[in-house]
Amino acid sequence: MPFAAACPKSAPDPHSAPDPSADPPDRRGRPRPPARRRAADAAAGFVALTGAGFRRYATYRQAMVAGLFTNIVFGAMLASIMLGVAADGRTPGGYSREQLVAFVWVGQGLLNVVYTWGWRELADRVRSGDVTADLLRPVDPLTSYAAADLGRAGQAVLGRWIAPVVVGVAFYDIYVPHRPSTYVLFVVSVVLATLVSFGGRYLVNLSAFWLLDVRGPVALWMLAGALLSGSFLPMRFLPEWVQWLLWCGTPFPSIFQIPLDVAVERTDGALSATTVLLQLVWVIVLFLACRAVQRRAVRRLVVQGG
Amino acid sequence: MADTIRAYRSLVGAQVRSQAQYRLSFALDVLVTSFVSGIEVVAILLLFRVTPTLGGFSVRDVLVMTTMCEVGFQLADFLVGNVEAVARYVRTGLMDTVLIRPRSALGQLLAVDFPVRKFGRLLQALTMYVAVLAWADLDWTLPRALLAVGAPVAGAALYSAIFVAGATVAFWWIDSGEFANAFTYGGRQFGSYPINVYAPWLRVVFAYGLGMAFTGYQPALALLGRPDPLGAPDWLAWCTPVVGAVAWAGALLLWNTGIRHYRSTGS
Repeated sequence: MPFAAACPKSAPDPHSAPDPSADPPDRRGRPRPPARRRAADAAAGFVALTGAGFRRYATYRQAMVAGLFTNIVFGAMLASIMLGVAADGRTPGGYSREQLVAFVWVGQGLLNVVYTWGWRELADRVRSGDVTADLLRPVDPLTSYAAADLGRAGQAVLGRWIAPVVVGVAFYDIYVPHRPSTYVLFVVSVVLATLVSFGGRYLVNLSAFWLLDVRGPVALWMLAGALLSGSFLPMRFLPEWVQWLLWCGTPFPSIFQIPLDVAVERTDGALSATTVLLQLVWVIVLFLACRAVQRRAVRRLVVQGG
Repeated sequence: MADTIRAYRSLVGAQVRSQAQYRLSFALDVLVTSFVSGIEVVAILLLFRVTPTLGGFSVRDVLVMTTMCEVGFQLADFLVGNVEAVARYVRTGLMDTVLIRPRSALGQLLAVDFPVRKFGRLLQALTMYVAVLAWADLDWTLPRALLAVGAPVAGAALYSAIFVAGATVAFWWIDSGEFANAFTYGGRQFGSYPINVYAPWLRVVFAYGLGMAFTGYQPALALLGRPDPLGAPDWLAWCTPVVGAVAWAGALLLWNTGIRHYRSTGS
């Protein structure tokens, strides 16, 4: 309203004075719905996005069968090697034979749940410019991608986790957890592990705002994920000082080693619960980092026309 | 012939230039992927921190097998590993363009996606192999020296045949993605360890069915001068080229059948 400045200011109406306890209007000056409804809407949106992620990956059933086959072949090889290492009554890394077998089979199932492979979805959208569409939506891309990734992980639990574990239980002398709390803790730990892995992947993808091509950072992430997370060998085979460094300084043990140690009850209940808390800390740290980097990245964004 | 070579050279050259465009990412990629082949060796060293022997073999014996197998695998992955891309070509219909050009489909696929960045891995695998051979303090004779050089090359032939055969599956089963990995990366995993630790069914399928015993285990036994604990005769160490040749014959047969089976997506 160009003439607004010329209009005399009307005296403030005491009855329409904004209530300081009410929510401030949104950026366009529209009143916001009450906080409770907003939270309910956000939760409904999150669930819808998670469901979409689940259905999207559930579509590729043939690829799932192919992947399962590979997981099972690798699981059989690793189980053989682990049994060779634990021959003659040795307990490498403090694991019994049965625990090592469980580590291998639960781990093969978990590989595609936590997913440390190369994920470049966001980076590809940054390069093509499609990311603008993500930024225009009313949901922060960090939230929407996290929801979709949880959906993907949920699908992977059904499609990729159960079968290797069943093979392990059916054909091997495998460790079965005897503390009831382990089962609950394991579920929590797997959800947190997925979020840690997602946070790391998202952060790597954000580098596309600066580099455009993220093959290098993704390769670095995959290498670190393979070596330092315990997906290749239990981290407890490492020298102790390296373990301390990794446990305290990096998110990698939270992705793989912690849920698996919880599953095979490598430590007592209290210590297991503490390691799950450590996962939670890493989730918070990584999401805060993602949010800070994303804020800077969006300011850099130049969308290529066309 | 010269024409063909020039065509392939320009295809590979274009790929090199395009990959090197994003300099920082490319440098990081080359550097990082060069460590990938080190993982297998690190894994062996870690295993031997918690066990003195594996299947009756010492860390020295196992490292000879692992690094020999790794050179073969990395050489194959560098030269033909990108044949995996065929799944994408079939799904998107790009395969049509490949087929109408006057060059072999397989040759084009390999040249067009030539993975320059994998060179670092190959170099590192070679370095580790030479270092392990020097450290292992073997009794060198002329036949053994020949074996040490020839076995990884023949092993590469075997692995590349498996890469090609695995990629061919995409003609029938487009979403087969990870299926072939069980035999390519799985074969490498299998070949990196003494085969007597594996469960019998795995040995039947991988060691002798796919010939993975010949990429590391059998030749390494001859280099180390050890009899096979599984009782296989010593001359098997020299059979890797034969196994590689048979595998290539099978892979090419599969490939040609696959190409004939190809149906365009029609888009």
